[in-house]
Amino acid sequence: MMENERPLLVAENLTKWYGRQLGCRDISFDLYEGEVLAVVGESGSGKSTLLQLLSVQLEPSAGRVSYRMRDGITRDLATLSEAERRFLLRTDWGYVHQDPTLGLRMAVSAGANVGERLMAVGWRHYGRIRTTAIDWLDRVEIDSGRIDESPRSYSGGMRQRLQIARNLVTNPRLIFMDEPTGGLDVSVQARVLDLLRGIVAEFDLAAIIVTHDLAVARLLAHRTMVMKGGAVIETGLTDQVLDDPQEPYTQLLVSSILPP
Amino acid sequence: MFALKLSGVAKTFTMHLQGGIRLPVFADVAFEVEPSECVVLAAPSGAGKSSILKMIYGAYRCDQGGILVRHAEDVTDVAVAEPRRILHLRRHVIGYVSQFLRAVPRVPAIEVVAAAATGTSSEAERTRAAELLCRLNIPERLWTLPPATFSGGEQQRINIARGFLPALPILLLDEPTASLDQTNRAVVVDLIAEKKRRGAAIVAIVHDEDVRDAIADRIIDVARFAAEA
Repeated sequence: MMENERPLLVAENLTKWYGRQLGCRDISFDLYEGEVLAVVGESGSGKSTLLQLLSVQLEPSAGRVSYRMRDGITRDLATLSEAERRFLLRTDWGYVHQDPTLGLRMAVSAGANVGERLMAVGWRHYGRIRTTAIDWLDRVEIDSGRIDESPRSYSGGMRQRLQIARNLVTNPRLIFMDEPTGGLDVSVQARVLDLLRGIVAEFDLAAIIVTHDLAVARLLAHRTMVMKGGAVIETGLTDQVLDDPQEPYTQLLVSSILPP
Repeated sequence: MFALKLSGVAKTFTMHLQGGIRLPVFADVAFEVEPSECVVLAAPSGAGKSSILKMIYGAYRCDQGGILVRHAEDVTDVAVAEPRRILHLRRHVIGYVSQFLRAVPRVPAIEVVAAAATGTSSEAERTRAAELLCRLNIPERLWTLPPATFSGGEQQRINIARGFLPALPILLLDEPTASLDQTNRAVVVDLIAEKKRRGAAIVAIVHDEDVRDAIADRIIDVARFAAEA
């Protein structure tokens, strides 16, 4: 980790109102390359709104998000053209949805799901696309013999791993994840989490993970932000927040987990 | 020249779910540790010895005072450092062997040890991990298994190997020998002596008197830092 490098993403005073209903309020933080940030809180805390603001799927009512592009220039995301935003979403960013059917194209094969992202960034050679797709299926522990099947025939855990492969094949620097293990059986969660943990460390990825599961934050995140009622109420190193929580609400969250 | 220096460190736990009870633990923790020195924190259980280690590691917040950590020419105050700076210290300066291994599902024991420093492992780290596991008498057939199902003593030895693998200038040890037999305790005593010879500053909590006598250059009675309740 370099000491003087500039942040990859900067959120400043992000606020979102849905009419008179508050989504989230006055949220600021920096994220550096290789850093994993968990955003925890219960339903309605504003954590999903925040993720959508950061990934330019929603426009903020106030505040801004800046991102250091691959050319080294930090840009205010609100000033990007539609084409530039699409380019970011397709290449330099990944977005892992809780429901893999939202992040995959269910009508085409697993291989095409991975290959599509490569074609979007200009790959044309079929053989190379297929080889790269096989590499990635292998990496997420999907039998390459099933590359030509549609993800409809895959289990929930396999679909989630395929969605991860599809997102990572373009070597993004930042991954957004919305409850990445939320819809999975507990036995399947461990495999997906372990896979994410390995990939994030190996590629030095930055990631923002929205989760209500503190175990996910513990396993994956360097830093954790706790949200309640649209605001960040506590933030710090994950072990500080989980082992020495200061705020009443964080203490409640941490003490509400049943030990296995 | 200190490697680690605590001064005026105070810590109070506020239990919001118990009507906001305040539990003052320390009022004024102050001590220094030099390179190649092993300091043992002594006091009865519940006096907050582990809390001191966790504050040095940045896992507990420090309410008051300073926790200065030296790294080459730099001195960082952990009490006020940014999370990012503390993460940097954990990679390059401060190692920590906790009381219990936090097992990660599916990761083999050897990888748990080899990837201690960075989350991924190099060939050299795997070789070094194998050496440590041998020395700590972990049978080779267990190396490729995740440690979640290991016995308490085996898990602790995995945790020790993980903590001792990176060559870091400060090492915090929380009861590293608590559930080990005589043979393995002696191995840990040797490992600590080697770390000291290489210049590491060590802060340890050990209840076993033989181990304490074997490793301690100085014993600090933590009770004298206690806050008035």
